[in-house]
Amino acid sequence: MTWDQGIHKSVTTLHATGVAREMTYLEAVRDALQYEMRRDPRVLVIGEDVGIYGGAFKLTQGLFEEFGGERVIDTPMSEACLIGAAVGMAFMGLRPVVEMQFADFISTGFDTIVQFAATNHYRWGSAVPIVIRAPSGGGLRGGPFHSQNPEAWFAHVPGLKVVAAATPADARGLLISAIRDPNPVIFFEYKFLYRSLRGPVPDGEDGLVPLGSAAIVRRGADLSIITYGAMVSEALAASDTLAAEDWNVEVLDLRTLKPLDTEAVLESVRRTGKALIVHEANLTGGIGGEVAALISQHAFESLDGPITRLAAPDTPVPYTPPLEDAYRPNRQKIAEAARALLKY
Amino acid sequence: MDPTPEVLRRAHYWMRFARAFDDRCITMYKQGKIAGGYFSQLGHEAISVGASLALGSADIIAPMHRDVGAYFVRGLTPRRVAAQYYGRAAGPSGGRDANMHGLGDLSIGIVGFVSHLPQSLPVAAGIAHAFKLKREPRVAMTFVGDGSASEGLAHETLNWAGVFQLPIVFIVENNQYAYSTPLARQTRVPDLARRADGYGIPGLIVDGNDFFAVFTAASEAVERARAGGGPTLIECKTMRMRGHAIHDNMAYVPPELIAEWQARDPIIRFEEQMRARGQLDEGALEEMIGQIETDIDDALAFADQAPYPDPATLRFGVYADSAGGGVA
Repeated sequence: MTWDQGIHKSVTTLHATGVAREMTYLEAVRDALQYEMRRDPRVLVIGEDVGIYGGAFKLTQGLFEEFGGERVIDTPMSEACLIGAAVGMAFMGLRPVVEMQFADFISTGFDTIVQFAATNHYRWGSAVPIVIRAPSGGGLRGGPFHSQNPEAWFAHVPGLKVVAAATPADARGLLISAIRDPNPVIFFEYKFLYRSLRGPVPDGEDGLVPLGSAAIVRRGADLSIITYGAMVSEALAASDTLAAEDWNVEVLDLRTLKPLDTEAVLESVRRTGKALIVHEANLTGGIGGEVAALISQHAFESLDGPITRLAAPDTPVPYTPPLEDAYRPNRQKIAEAARALLKY
Repeated sequence: MDPTPEVLRRAHYWMRFARAFDDRCITMYKQGKIAGGYFSQLGHEAISVGASLALGSADIIAPMHRDVGAYFVRGLTPRRVAAQYYGRAAGPSGGRDANMHGLGDLSIGIVGFVSHLPQSLPVAAGIAHAFKLKREPRVAMTFVGDGSASEGLAHETLNWAGVFQLPIVFIVENNQYAYSTPLARQTRVPDLARRADGYGIPGLIVDGNDFFAVFTAASEAVERARAGGGPTLIECKTMRMRGHAIHDNMAYVPPELIAEWQARDPIIRFEEQMRARGQLDEGALEEMIGQIETDIDDALAFADQAPYPDPATLRFGVYADSAGGGVA
């Protein structure tokens, strides 16, 4: 098949429901794309090198062969035009899913997202149902421009939904929901998890995860670790360590950063009395500050210790392993911060 | 491409209407009826009306702030436009967007623009891309100024449209000034149409004050796009005859330049051309001028009496699937 070919293929049989398959995080994202493309002929994937090559991470591999060059569209290098064109396609009834090769590159399309896509429905009433997939986060020694976590840029903007998927099941379930959502959704997925994290992924419609709903991924009574994205795995690992020390720690995965599941946050903290907020993005102006303010204002009387944030320092993401490891929160740092708060 | 008598009638009416509406709106602005800024389209009538008349009803247009004539041609009623300027609920943005923005209504094929020009360009390209993918014989048309043509996004979109051979027409309104910045400070290439070569698409220059030139070029470009011939860039040379916004007295523009372009007024020119063609009915012209005044009175009275949006709706519509948002 060539770039110019690609007649729309007819909708094929969907997976049987009620089955959970084991897959990697990357396979789960791909499965969501494939599932929605088979189900809905309006859905298309658009980005740089997503077609014949199969994407910088080979995430879209196989989609071009199945759906052709008109639904898996290789584009010139222009994030701004990619996003703007997706908006136009959405106006005309298509459902484009844009791939940013790296979340870092989203800055070159920032204006189109925050000025046009985000404001359009409020300004003159036309919905913008697009998804921008942003492979995000560090841990792969990618250096300052292939490791960033720019979610807070977008959580500040009215009109956007911001998703951060932490598990294979959620990656699939949230992405399908994002594609069906009538709003522009910035979908952060974690390239560190792409091939390092496997898990059961419910099939068919069973696995849908609604936007705006957090999940308690581990129940606990002594402290709430509130986190999202790649830090969920780290927080779970930390909670195992702490369990061996007889601490019973809860892990709450926010899953959607905007709209935030405020009730889930408050309910958890009211039960445990202690909140440790963890994110991979740097500290200042991050999501953690928002969650902390929420807890402070609405669950102050339940607190039994200072709301604590663990985040990356306010530096660019460094490249060399000793520096990146020092930069990035991990299970040891989370356990350490949790211990200090538990003993408060 | 010779315009039909019906096209000529509509062209004449909407160019005259846009001019008279502009004059009245400036008065209304000075009376405080229009908040914010006011951006006159004086001198741009042949471009906005001429280019938009080249489109069919199923085509999509993404105009800018000096293209009010295009909005009228597409069927946005003067009442709704006036209500928008007055910040009333009856305007296309329900008082959400600033007076010259947010005039979008996809039901009549208009995309509203944002201040961050030329953000409409990639959106229009995406619309054209959708037409191509869906095998629909429709065309997108969008507008960019000489100033915003300096933005990277203008280049990126022209490149994109060329690569994909999209059914889109780019109208460059080269009106010599971007706010106070003259063309010579925007570019060393004063003929912006030359840039089309770099994208492998046709680029042509027309006199933007000549309705017939604009309409013919736009019609041919639309026809080519509809037939699968890809995009066209049309540079319309004109002059911005008032300041950037109405507060701007244009002291930075040499008076002789204004005089030169005043002599090339697009509406006077159109009427001279029509006389020369034996197609101007002088009696009907008087009648038309009267009708325009009546219609403008009606639109402004409507807007004046139209209610403002209810502050209780402040949070409505941020998301397409919910009324409000925020918890603080």
